[in-house]
Amino acid sequence: MKLNILYHIGRYVQWHGMIYRFPEKWSMYYKETIRQMHSIGVGSIMIIFVVSFFIGAVTAVQFIYQLDGTFIPRYYIGYIVRDMSIIELAATFSSIILAGKVGSNIASEIGGMRQKEHIDAMEIMGVNTASYLVLPKIIAALIVIPLLISIAAFVSIGGGYIATLYSGSFSSEEFIQGLRSFFEPYNVFMMYVKAVVFAYILTSIACYQGYFVKGGSIELGQASTRAVVFGIIVILIADYIIAVLLTG
Amino acid sequence: MIRAEGIYKSFADLEVLKGIDFTFESGKTNLIIGKSGAGKTVLLKILVGLLNATEGHVWYDDRDLCKMSKNELLDLRMEVGMLFQGNALFDSMTVEENIRFPMDMFTNRTYNEKLDRVNYCLERVNMEGINNKYPSEISGGMQKRVGIARAIVLNPKYLFADEPNSGLDPKTAIKIDELLLDITKDNDITTIINTHDMNSVMEIGENICLLHEGRLAWQGHKDEVLENTNETLQDFIFASPFLQRLKERALSKTPNS
Repeated sequence: MKLNILYHIGRYVQWHGMIYRFPEKWSMYYKETIRQMHSIGVGSIMIIFVVSFFIGAVTAVQFIYQLDGTFIPRYYIGYIVRDMSIIELAATFSSIILAGKVGSNIASEIGGMRQKEHIDAMEIMGVNTASYLVLPKIIAALIVIPLLISIAAFVSIGGGYIATLYSGSFSSEEFIQGLRSFFEPYNVFMMYVKAVVFAYILTSIACYQGYFVKGGSIELGQASTRAVVFGIIVILIADYIIAVLLTG
Repeated sequence: MIRAEGIYKSFADLEVLKGIDFTFESGKTNLIIGKSGAGKTVLLKILVGLLNATEGHVWYDDRDLCKMSKNELLDLRMEVGMLFQGNALFDSMTVEENIRFPMDMFTNRTYNEKLDRVNYCLERVNMEGINNKYPSEISGGMQKRVGIARAIVLNPKYLFADEPNSGLDPKTAIKIDELLLDITKDNDITTIINTHDMNSVMEIGENICLLHEGRLAWQGHKDEVLENTNETLQDFIFASPFLQRLKERALSKTPNS
């Protein structure tokens, strides 16, 4: 088991040497990147919107409950929802959602190409398949996922705001006062660091699982599942490391 | 000309190819035949460079595939076309985009030049006017033809076809065979076809390599098949009682027999 993990880590690292090569033709990579940006970005907005809204709303409701009867100022609810969204919820939750949606999609797409001999066909033509199939996806994810996470942060705060208003015991002004208090731009920087790192992790792991798939539809399903499971685990480990490094 | 020289291939403990020496001649349709599991696909993949041989060399004229640098290999790729068993047409692209793909990737031709070439290749395989169809919208036989069109779009010197007739009815299969033969003759290229279709063997087998349990069991021309006494060859070609009866009838009509 240990050797198996080391084997995959070694192959994953070695495989990166194949990805970062000079493209055969920039225009083809550009076109593919745009296609992937559309697939990852537009295809994920709805789910990110819904999840972020309710995460923000639930955060607000939970803290209203927690702060009830304490001496903590009521406007803190806005401050808490804002910082929770920016520092943790938007980046980590969205990335976990995307690891499921985008990660499984990418692993299935590339794995399907491997099984249908599309990758072999490209290799015969002289295409560096590791680069052509993976690099545009990584670049697209590095551009689009931080944007999705920005949207997630805004929507999450919006969800918290609406939940607070409908709680009946808080006013709009109190929430907005909280939003404007103790703002640290560094937290936004931290969110984008997480966004970029998580985007890379979830895309590259999914591509790796798809690229090296062997066998039939059962193995493809397993690769897709591994892409999601390993993606989420590595994102959570990276989340902890980033938190330690950037807040230490 | 492509020459396989002492090719051995093992997967873990399983030895699939046990020393294959064979010359695939240019301007001819070279057939690799044999039962399932004989090592045909593995040999084809080694010849085309998708698999590395455990031992041995593959010569493209005077160039050793096993010793090529990355740039040399890339140059060679431009001279190779391949038709896959499952066609390997990209589902998300139209027929035109599929055929244009190698040109988009490796040439600086204008769109109109590329379109002209696509139309020429489609015409060559009798598939004019399906440029905007997706692979899922055309039949298996049409997909094979489109696969051939894509394989010849860069004017290859070496053409490989892995089971080009699998899943096709006999009439369509014969048309595909004739097409491959015509392309080989017209362009004087080295064509290597991996098949276990008897029609192909008897119709276009100009240089046949019979594999049996990872070894070269017989080599020769289609005209030598009928009267040859090689047991493995006879077992393979005339496997069914129907074909055996046909063979006996054919031989009884031959004056020399």
